[in-house]
Amino acid sequence: MTDPILQIQNLHVAYGGIRAVKGIHLDIAPGELVALIGSNGAGKTTTLKTVAGLLQPNSGEIRYEGKSLHDTAAHRRVAQGIALVPEGRGIFARLSISENLLMGAYSRSNSDEIAADLVRMYELFPRLAERKAQLAGTLSGGEQQMVAMARALMSRPRLLMLDEPSMGLAPLMVKKIFQTIRDISEQGMSILLVEQNAKLALQVASRGYVMESGAITLAGTSKALLDSEAVQRAYLGG
Amino acid sequence: MNIFLQQIVNGLVQGSVYALVALGYTMVYGILGLINFAHGEVVMVGAMLSLSSLGLLLGWDVSPLLALPLSVIIAMVGCMALGYGIERVAYRPLRHAPRLAPLITAIGISILLQNLAMMIWGRGYHPFPVLFANTTHSFAGAIISDVQIAIVVLAVLIMAGLMTVVHHTRLGRSMRAVAENQHAAQLMGVDINRVISLTFMLGSALAAIAGLMVSANYGLAHYYMGFLLGLKAFTAAVLGGIGNLRGAMLGGLLLGLIESLGAGYIGDLTGGFLGSNYQDVFAFFVLIAVLVFRPSGLLGERIAERA
Repeated sequence: MTDPILQIQNLHVAYGGIRAVKGIHLDIAPGELVALIGSNGAGKTTTLKTVAGLLQPNSGEIRYEGKSLHDTAAHRRVAQGIALVPEGRGIFARLSISENLLMGAYSRSNSDEIAADLVRMYELFPRLAERKAQLAGTLSGGEQQMVAMARALMSRPRLLMLDEPSMGLAPLMVKKIFQTIRDISEQGMSILLVEQNAKLALQVASRGYVMESGAITLAGTSKALLDSEAVQRAYLGG
Repeated sequence: MNIFLQQIVNGLVQGSVYALVALGYTMVYGILGLINFAHGEVVMVGAMLSLSSLGLLLGWDVSPLLALPLSVIIAMVGCMALGYGIERVAYRPLRHAPRLAPLITAIGISILLQNLAMMIWGRGYHPFPVLFANTTHSFAGAIISDVQIAIVVLAVLIMAGLMTVVHHTRLGRSMRAVAENQHAAQLMGVDINRVISLTFMLGSALAAIAGLMVSANYGLAHYYMGFLLGLKAFTAAVLGGIGNLRGAMLGGLLLGLIESLGAGYIGDLTGGFLGSNYQDVFAFFVLIAVLVFRPSGLLGERIAERA
């Protein structure tokens, strides 16, 4: 088995006086698409934020490409290849679409490569190409999600984390966003996908983890989880 | 003499200075949501530093043509260091404290700087040395001096430069991104502490130039000069819509014009009861009026609309 790109070991995170993550283990192999599912408040977002460096762990370890991230500040993790598309998208509403995408490339310096990637992003999301100069705040929710994903991809990540990409989107847009996630995954990107929509997430992921009140209660292949009685009862309305 | 035109000229000159100082308030507010009440004192330190270095350089027989730009650079560098230091020592430790704490700290820093300046430079007025013959020009019944022309031209150039930096460079983009969403900016790889420091330094450099302009225009500097100037520039920033760069520039110019037109005509309007020494009243009348009728300022968005 190849070494995992991301390895979370016995991670504990508390913030605002709440123990949000209580000793979880999770790993992702290079090129794998892994889903982290669970209900609201289970600690999924906290887990992603801690990997991105926005929150500090109380104990436990996060290893990325074999090295501990403990002493790496959030803004340096981007340059190492970790990108998070945050919950609620976190786009810069008062910046134009192209400026948002350029912010994604902030930690890179080769302007020719950045320009080439910009072109690739507009190919991946033609809707954004038509609106390059428009302020991102004027876009629809789905278009904003596209901006957030394209912006994250502009940093050339090796690990892409997506937090609730389907949230608040129309069904057609959800389909489009998930098709894009599938495409990116097929190009070899390692992806950690957090979703409340468990069925959707497990349909694109190869493996999944189920999180409940800060702990991982179930893990396995997507197929096994989809068939599991516990998952069906709790998340799939079976 | 055409009083109206003369007051317009005076207002534009004063307004240019207000605009430069107001930009410092608004940039810091935009990025931290903090009113840096010590900013007026940075202007004062800029004036004092440029006067002291100018005196020193002229004493060494450096040509005025060289001494002036050198003293501008010394004042700018000094104020940038001061601005950096204020943020690092006074505001950064309070980044996550309740809003009142940094506000009170700002007032404390302001008093501290005033007293330090008084200890260093004394209580007296410092005259601005005569460097060049300050020729005055007359057009259409109004009089404008070389210094005044230089102030307006320089202010316009600096503001154009600042807008270019903010809207067309990587630093400017990251400043706007941090102003909007610090967490998201971090996720892009932005070192937000660095951007915040640079914002303070940029605002302080503008303050240094404004300080030099004020002391050159009035011919003197004083350890207390930053207080009123700072309050007025803050008023200008609020008038334009605090956090909005164009608003700070517009607010500065408007406030300068309101003040000088008000001072020019208040005698006629009140039948000689109030004189032009009531000039300062207008700025604070404007502040109160804006806060009551349009707290978001002329170009500012309503607070509620900020998600």
